[in-house]
Amino acid sequence: MSDDEQRLEAQEQQVVEEQPEAGKPAGYAPSAVERLALYQRAGGLVTPVLTALIAFLIGGVVVLASGSNPLSTYRAIFNGTGLNWLFPWVSGTDRALAAINLQQTLLLTTGLILTGLAVAFAFRCGMFNIGGQGQYIVGSIMSVWVASSFVGMNGPLHIVLAIVVAALAGGLWAGIAGFLKATVGAHEVISTIMLNWIAYWLGSWVFALGGPLQSKALGGSVPVSNDIAENTHLPVFWGDALLQGLHVGFFVALGALVVYWLTLNRTTLGFSVRAVGFNPEAARYGGIGVARNYFVAMAISGVFAGVAGALDILGWEFRINVNDIQASQVGFIAIAVALLGRNTAVGTFFAALLFAALLNGTSTRHLDPSVFRPDLAGNLTLLIQGLVVLFVGADVLVLWLWNQRRRLRPGRGATPAGAAPSA
Amino acid sequence: MSTAVQETVALDRVASPTRVGAAGILLGVLAFWLALPPLKTTQLAWPAVVAAVAVAAGVWVLRRGSRRVGWGAVVSGVLGLGLALLATHAGRTNLETAVVWSALIASMLVYATPLTYAAIGGLFSERSGVVNIGLEGMMLTGAFFGIWGTDRTGNWALGLLIAMGAGGLLALVYAVFAIHLRTDQIVGGTAINFLSLGITGYLFIDIYGSNGTPDLSHSQQVPDIVISRSGNFFAQAFGELNLLIWMAFGLVIATYLFVFRTPWGLRLRSVGEHPRAADTVGISVFRTRYAAVTFSGMLSAMGGAYLSIGFVHSFNQNMTEGRGFIALAALIFGKWRPAGAFGAALLFGFSSALAQRLGTIPNWSSYAVLFQALPYVLTLIAVAGVIGRSIPPAADGQPYQKQ
Repeated sequence: MSDDEQRLEAQEQQVVEEQPEAGKPAGYAPSAVERLALYQRAGGLVTPVLTALIAFLIGGVVVLASGSNPLSTYRAIFNGTGLNWLFPWVSGTDRALAAINLQQTLLLTTGLILTGLAVAFAFRCGMFNIGGQGQYIVGSIMSVWVASSFVGMNGPLHIVLAIVVAALAGGLWAGIAGFLKATVGAHEVISTIMLNWIAYWLGSWVFALGGPLQSKALGGSVPVSNDIAENTHLPVFWGDALLQGLHVGFFVALGALVVYWLTLNRTTLGFSVRAVGFNPEAARYGGIGVARNYFVAMAISGVFAGVAGALDILGWEFRINVNDIQASQVGFIAIAVALLGRNTAVGTFFAALLFAALLNGTSTRHLDPSVFRPDLAGNLTLLIQGLVVLFVGADVLVLWLWNQRRRLRPGRGATPAGAAPSA
Repeated sequence: MSTAVQETVALDRVASPTRVGAAGILLGVLAFWLALPPLKTTQLAWPAVVAAVAVAAGVWVLRRGSRRVGWGAVVSGVLGLGLALLATHAGRTNLETAVVWSALIASMLVYATPLTYAAIGGLFSERSGVVNIGLEGMMLTGAFFGIWGTDRTGNWALGLLIAMGAGGLLALVYAVFAIHLRTDQIVGGTAINFLSLGITGYLFIDIYGSNGTPDLSHSQQVPDIVISRSGNFFAQAFGELNLLIWMAFGLVIATYLFVFRTPWGLRLRSVGEHPRAADTVGISVFRTRYAAVTFSGMLSAMGGAYLSIGFVHSFNQNMTEGRGFIALAALIFGKWRPAGAFGAALLFGFSSALAQRLGTIPNWSSYAVLFQALPYVLTLIAVAGVIGRSIPPAADGQPYQKQ
């Protein structure tokens, strides 16, 4: 996290130093508003960072109000995330513990990167995919089914098959929403919300007592799936496989970030998706099939979320029970991830890391209960998450101020002096 | 030839599809009424004949192309006959079936009530042009503050007011972001849901801890209105309903009258359909939207408070469990109209009641789980336009910018 912020800050500095030179009189100092607007146009790095800071600040006030010390609380949360592993001076048992904690954080990051990309990709096509959760659940169900059936299949092949089937299932699930938007114009927000809940109850049904995929192992008395085959467990490359070490799926998630960036920025498909996202009418005028792109973008989104479900199953869950399905929030946190990451590959990575760290650091297992009650801290996470989403959307405020200023003094804006006011 | 056309027109004027359809609907009601106390026919033949005429009228209207009234008459006839059947059975020995059905209806109303409040709340917000995905969060806030307020003041009415205040406040925050700051309304609503989950969870653990909320004494619970405790069908279904259920019926009617029969309702709708035009004739778009969104938060909170102080009598984390989203579904399924939303809430409530009932039958319990998905499947079909498209208010979800 500290790494992340330093990088962002460094980039911002650069932007500020370079840009105001053009066309400005010597000695001209940009005002605070202009600086902010510059950050905005430079990719909006400051808004996410500021947003996160404000959210954490308010979270700190809440902690203070309930009689705990916010600084030591955040410190304890930070140590629970295992990110202190990155500091060279942490050594001995602390370091070993930090390593285990960091592995857990990165396990959560894996799922959040992929579901975050699921939300972000649809965003780039001008659609709001609230259905990451449903697509994730469908992916989990299909992968657990594939990986627990076909016992005796070649291991790596079996793994690939489980991931591919989950990806297709997720893509299909999201594709329903994309298809409805493309054909009859049904709003994707409504249809993905509905698909979320259908997946939720579908998942609760298939593994429920007497459900079609419920495990018969314990006399059929537990609402849980069959265990996946031993050779479909993803290899662990960091930590102990028995203690839920970090599995190779993490690299799949990192690879997905690259695929996401390449698809959007270096392919025709990505170009048309972004064109539709910017302005569907203009895209249509330019000969781009808008309806087709809605469907394709939604399906690709679903593929990301479906893979997330598969990796969690094959990487560390190995089975799924009804409670897991009902308690899971990954697809919803993904909305915060995509928004905070501004739908970019790099941003999604850091935002996923932030939220995974927050989730892990406030979990009952990792937070020191003498500093702050973990059951409260879990809700603190939700609170911070809500504040982040609320403020991230309000960057309009900054732009609005900027536009007001430009309207007052037409000579001094980003647009040429003669540009006619739009209104 | 022209006289023939004129005759058809004349015939249409007397027996226009609308009139025949309306008569069919009335006949359906009549079929039911025949089996009710004053006449209380014991033979099913009379209601059956009347209902058949209603259905026939409906079919005739349908063939003439008037789908809404036609289906109305058909449904009214079938329902009338079904209810008459139940009523005649209730009066006689076959009490068991009647009890099952009446219990189902009572439980349908229980499940439908929180949905109704939230859906009507959403109706105000969306009719003014502000999409409200945050219904779920506002409900949850109402559920917590309802029981907190009741616990603190010892009075359910004050608890309800506190719940409405809290829900309204949360909605006001959302309104500032959605209206003045022109945040994406879906993003803002999602934020509200996260926030309320965090706030209520945090306060619940902080104040009540692992003991849970205290037991409410009988006088602290929203009272049931006892009309009759006898064993017949209607007493079983409607004899002992919660005050808030009856208020929900009133709310639906009042909302219809307000939105479609008063100048304020017209202003509300015009702001949601064409804010620029409304602004031009001197209606304050911002003020209308602020009022509508805040009111939607208060109503949703009432629905949540019904859950906590009227029905379950306790609170636990995330106790609304997606009911706000079902309410949203009901609003869309009901095409943004009060009666439609209420009908959808009843339908979804019925499916919940049926699912709960099925859950108690050994071999059916797993299907009962699947049954819970029904409201969402139906809504998905509705937005897909298979059975009549649901079309939102024209300016729904679009922030307004004054010029």
